[in-house]
Amino acid sequence: MAVRERLSGNEAVAYAIRQIAPDVMPAFPITPSTEIPQYVANYIANGKVDTEFIHVESEHSAMSAAVGASAAGARVVTATSSCGMALMWEELYVAASDRLPVVMALVNRALSGPININADHSDSMGARDSGWIQIYAESNQEVYDNFLQAYPIAENPAVRLPVMICQDGFITSHGVENILLVEDDKVKEFVGEYCPEHYLLKEKETMAIGPYAVSNYYMETKRAQREAMKNAKGAILEAAQRFERMTGRKYGFFEEYRMEDAEYVIVIIGSAAGTCKAAVDQIRETTGKKVGLLKIRVFRPFPEEELAAALKDKKAVAVLDRSEMFSATGGPLGAEVRAALYDVKSRAEVVNYFYGLGGRDITVEDFRQIYDRLEEIAQTHIIEDMYAYIGLREK
Amino acid sequence: METAYNYKEVMSRPERLAPGHRMCAGCGGTVTVRAVLRALHPEDRAVVGNATGCLEVSTFMYPYTAYEDSYIHNAFENAGATLSGVETAYRVLKKKGKIKENYKFITFGGDGGTYDIGFQSLSGAMERGHDMVYVCYDNGAYMNTGTQRSSATPQFADTTTTPAGTASSGKVQVRKDLTAIMADHHIPYAAQTTFTANFKDLHTKAQKAIYTPGAAFLNVMSPCPRGWGYDPSELMNICKLAVETCYWPLYEVADGRWILSYEPKKKLPIEDFLRPQKRFKHLFGPGGEELIGLFQAEVDRRWEELRERCGS
Repeated sequence: MAVRERLSGNEAVAYAIRQIAPDVMPAFPITPSTEIPQYVANYIANGKVDTEFIHVESEHSAMSAAVGASAAGARVVTATSSCGMALMWEELYVAASDRLPVVMALVNRALSGPININADHSDSMGARDSGWIQIYAESNQEVYDNFLQAYPIAENPAVRLPVMICQDGFITSHGVENILLVEDDKVKEFVGEYCPEHYLLKEKETMAIGPYAVSNYYMETKRAQREAMKNAKGAILEAAQRFERMTGRKYGFFEEYRMEDAEYVIVIIGSAAGTCKAAVDQIRETTGKKVGLLKIRVFRPFPEEELAAALKDKKAVAVLDRSEMFSATGGPLGAEVRAALYDVKSRAEVVNYFYGLGGRDITVEDFRQIYDRLEEIAQTHIIEDMYAYIGLREK
Repeated sequence: METAYNYKEVMSRPERLAPGHRMCAGCGGTVTVRAVLRALHPEDRAVVGNATGCLEVSTFMYPYTAYEDSYIHNAFENAGATLSGVETAYRVLKKKGKIKENYKFITFGGDGGTYDIGFQSLSGAMERGHDMVYVCYDNGAYMNTGTQRSSATPQFADTTTTPAGTASSGKVQVRKDLTAIMADHHIPYAAQTTFTANFKDLHTKAQKAIYTPGAAFLNVMSPCPRGWGYDPSELMNICKLAVETCYWPLYEVADGRWILSYEPKKKLPIEDFLRPQKRFKHLFGPGGEELIGLFQAEVDRRWEELRERCGS
């Protein structure tokens, strides 16, 4: 029987780490992910898990040690947020190009400056080109479930890529919710033992990792990473199917909420999807308007074809970005969703709004206004607010 | 653990850094690597780490590696943290019975990757007490990028970012004393060495560093013919002069005890070390005497300070 509990997102991740018991955890504290290494340290201090904690002196060293430990043949986990991940930047690329299946619990937080400790996606969105698989969550349950699926995806021999399991700072990481936990033995069986093919400490074998590769080899390594990322799509669905068989909870690249007959759609990532669902229900109940929501779970690899198929016949779509990318046009999710729709000759009008930067709240009323605006745009085909900021103080 | 030094036996051990790498003739870096790896018991396995630098780009150019042992390069500033991850993985996997063999962990970094950009990573790894050796092959500048100054560059050295000129006498600052800083981490073993006539000093210290349980730091002065401006055949002589002038004293700090490894009978003037090197050429022109005087005073001050710490 599954265990019913009430846990914060950070507690849920730490609980999953205890159940999986990775070999090594190098980590450095940063708000709002600090609790994860704290909870794990507590488990270790009380003999509940035999993970070896490395008390590194920075996040750069956390990911550096993660690379070393993973190359040596260990299963590795780390946790961080925001500037902590920014400090790891160089190492994110190394982990991915060395094809090391490290798993990172990322608690999304705005990047400085000004310094801000609250939720937005500027940290992980900035790292979208680093070669990491990125999986996002709306709720504590999803964070936990995603975390359990992380290693089977990362360590799949056709993939061998690092994975970041993202949740929204404070909203999910510190918000306590009811949660269903999988039994320890089932988790162990689901995740399995890590048996890499090659590693530094392998008996009767030596390995060299991290070469200098000039122009006659570099491009092939990138192509190999690209293939691995393509393969990750299959691995993600395979892990999801196995997970569904174990728990009954279904996962895919994205969740479609009341989408079958929807004409006006919001595309969003993370915890704000919960608020958006409430708006969808209210609007449908009070006005009968056909509104729907598409919540991205997997952003890397980007489920381009699947997304385009789900959106192409809609009348109007608002893609909501929780991070700026200062192209002076749209945000990262907006740019990719619009690109995905181009090839399917979609007639949907698409706008790209920014919301929730640095933890600013977004309300049911905000979503209601966005759906109203989508209806207007679909009727008039006039878009004057292509890249609007939601909930901005103009004065 | 420690055995009497047998020059012939040590030198006839199989090479763990294969020939065919691309380091320069007369480079001290590879001499350091070979000498340190010779201190491994031939039956022990090792993982060799490496900070980005000349050594890394010249010894592991895909698809060729010069290392007989497992090897990991990660980046410029994180050789300490990277090897601490490898060593931790080893302890865990060994405890779980997944690894049977004995491994030693040795990482190499130049002074750029060690004194400067990798300083924090090194300090963290040493403080945490991983059972590893960090070896700095100190050639006193960022040689891989073309001789830019580092905090290990001696005062007045002519480098590409501290060029000697009509309004400059080369590097303004004196060098950082990294060996002392590492000793002050209170790690079980820290030592400073270079190439002496029969390599006994380097070998003995490398052996102690590798086989003392816990974190160890070895600072090996490893001259660079291109950056220092000497004839490649002069490598051993340059090292000798560095030691005999007390520019690069040989000493070790074992369990908190400071021990001088060698005291010259007659300390040579610093000019003897500076003169054969093109990077100090401007000190031997007009007005150079005063600068040499300042250089000598700094060497003297540090030598006395070291002697005091060693109680000699």
